[in-house]
Amino acid sequence: MPIKDYIRERYFPHLWCSGCGHGIVLGSFLRAIQQLGLSKNEIVMVSGIGCSSRITGYVDFHTLHTLHGRALAFATGVKMGLPELNIIVPMGDGDALAIGGNHFIHTARRNIDITAIVMNNRIYGMTGGQFSPLSGYGIKATTAPYFNIDHDFDVVELATAAGASFVARTTTYHEKQLTNIITKAIQHVGFSVVEVLTQCPTYFGRKNDIGSAVDMMKLYKEKTTPRGSKAKKENPDLIERGIFVQKEMPEYCNEYNKIIEKAMKGH
Amino acid sequence: MMNENVKFFQGNETCAEAALYAGLDFFAGYPITPSSEIAEHLSHRLPQIGGKFLQMEDEIASICAIIGASLTGHKVMTATSGPGFSLMQEALGYAIMTEIPCVIVNVQRGGPSTGLPTHASQGDVCQTQWGTHGDHAIIALTASNHQDVFAMTVDAFNLAETYRTPVILLFDEVVGHMRERLILPKKGEVPLVKRLRTSVEGGVDYHPYLPREDGRLPMSDFGGVHRYNVTGLFHDMWGFPSDNPRIVQDLLHQLVDKINNNVHQIARLKEYYLEDATTILISYGSSARSALHVVENHRLRGDRLGLLELQTLWPFPYGLIREKCVNAKYIVVVEMNMGQILREVKMAVDQPEKVFLANRIDGVFITPMDIRNLLGLIQGKGV
Ligand SMILES: Cc1ncc(C[n+]2csc(CCOP(=O)(O)OP(=O)(O)O)c2C)c(N)n1
Ligand code: SF4
Ligand SMILES: [Mg+2]
Repeated sequence: MPIKDYIRERYFPHLWCSGCGHGIVLGSFLRAIQQLGLSKNEIVMVSGIGCSSRITGYVDFHTLHTLHGRALAFATGVKMGLPELNIIVPMGDGDALAIGGNHFIHTARRNIDITAIVMNNRIYGMTGGQFSPLSGYGIKATTAPYFNIDHDFDVVELATAAGASFVARTTTYHEKQLTNIITKAIQHVGFSVVEVLTQCPTYFGRKNDIGSAVDMMKLYKEKTTPRGSKAKKENPDLIERGIFVQKEMPEYCNEYNKIIEKAMKGH
Repeated sequence: MMNENVKFFQGNETCAEAALYAGLDFFAGYPITPSSEIAEHLSHRLPQIGGKFLQMEDEIASICAIIGASLTGHKVMTATSGPGFSLMQEALGYAIMTEIPCVIVNVQRGGPSTGLPTHASQGDVCQTQWGTHGDHAIIALTASNHQDVFAMTVDAFNLAETYRTPVILLFDEVVGHMRERLILPKKGEVPLVKRLRTSVEGGVDYHPYLPREDGRLPMSDFGGVHRYNVTGLFHDMWGFPSDNPRIVQDLLHQLVDKINNNVHQIARLKEYYLEDATTILISYGSSARSALHVVENHRLRGDRLGLLELQTLWPFPYGLIREKCVNAKYIVVVEMNMGQILREVKMAVDQPEKVFLANRIDGVFITPMDIRNLLGLIQGKGV
């Protein structure tokens, strides 16, 4: 099926700023769906609130645009309600890890078969450029006019520690890798977390004098390296890209079926 | 011979069983006194029928999960008490806005804050109507005994489906924890409202938010042939975000009118000795038990006392109350808060000055004696 058949054309033009990385993530995501050959009726996209979360409006799947931070909780209900469905949850960094941080770690702990794509632009885009828990020390934002003293999370480490059975990271510069990783994440049975470093030129770029969207993407190329590369050993400041965790673990809906089986037998 | 359908149940257990009777097959919750027995009971019972029970990380996650599950075609419920109900308010508004059927039980404790976890209170009445932000309407039912807990719980599911809206079951600690006799209705004895699904076939345009002529909004399950968008933003008939003033206004009216224009269909109340009553007690939930006791005792002495027991708290049946109270000299609202239903009754009747409050707010169950003392005062007999 051509990519354009996966989108709701009538709802375009989209609301993202020109140069925003969120559109690249959408493109990769659709190519992943195309490669997997999934039918549109078996996909549910659930999102919270934020620029990133607006993806749901543009795709021709079952789409649920919910509350800031709560997408994974809604998604858990949808998945447990109908486990055959493929559930994809695009999330902002604030959405996933500030207001939604608790749902994030508990969804990982349960290892329910949901794919979370954390679109990390290190800023609250939708509300006008306030700092997020992913902004990092020293960054400027509309609520950190001097500099930010909050330290950031490492999404990969956090997801891994919380029990996610598939954890990966890449950037909007590495579009092919992104498509490939999303494909694998969707195929994976269990909770998958894909962190995508994505540019918000409008706020993060401007506030921190990084330049245009292109300049920001160039930085993704320069500041990241494949996981376990020699470059990383030489320069520990580089951010690793790739799949960090991919393991088979009991999946929550399957586990629940065991409870049903036991209950139906009358213990 | 022992009748299998006669049970000696706790109120919370009754609510859980009634929910199952109504077709509940998905529950998500977070433990909190005095509601936890509902979750415990359902964790045991739901998997026996192939249903799902989830213990989530908090009440916010719980209500969000049931809303998600409702979209896949399940009948869903969560249960909590004050602190958890406060956490649920944002998602409650989401269910209102997106018109997703669900049932939320609040077994009230004393508040504000952690308050009195194991004591009697009815302090969440106004929160139930106005806890979530924005203009909206809500349906809230309550009950004073287990037979009615059962009936109201089944009703809650039926109303949620009929009006495509969250319905609140506002019980209290006394009813929730008390044990008493319950006769379980037989299968088929109480009518159940099934989910109204669209008859529009796949490939033909389905408008998820275009009400039928009768105001009802047929649903299509996620995973089915119709793909559409659900959002808490104001939205058009396709479910797509819109800030078109016409669309915004029409949707808000749809959300409020579908409930407020059907007050008579939704209103449930019980009348005791109202025909000739000169003093009418108005009460609900466990308080109504004491109120009924007072009325029955006074009737033995020939006093013209009556009781109006409210089972629908919201939408408040102003018209019905006015009608029933038109001949009363005194109206006494009996409740365990600082006058939350009193306010509504005063608004309903022609002479608000004849409405009095008999309440307790100290966590102690209001007794017939408490009510009698006040009656003595307002009728000028001294205590
Ligand atoms: C409960 C609640 N609090 C705050 C907001 C306001 N709000 C909307 S989006 C957002 C942050 C968006 O940032 P992020 O999640 O990183 O997504 P982005 O826009 O950057 O893609 C905030 C704070 C809200 N909608 N709901
Ligand atoms: S504000 Fe930032 S995140 Fe939002 S659309 Fe614009 S560039 Fe993208
Ligand atoms: Mg962000």
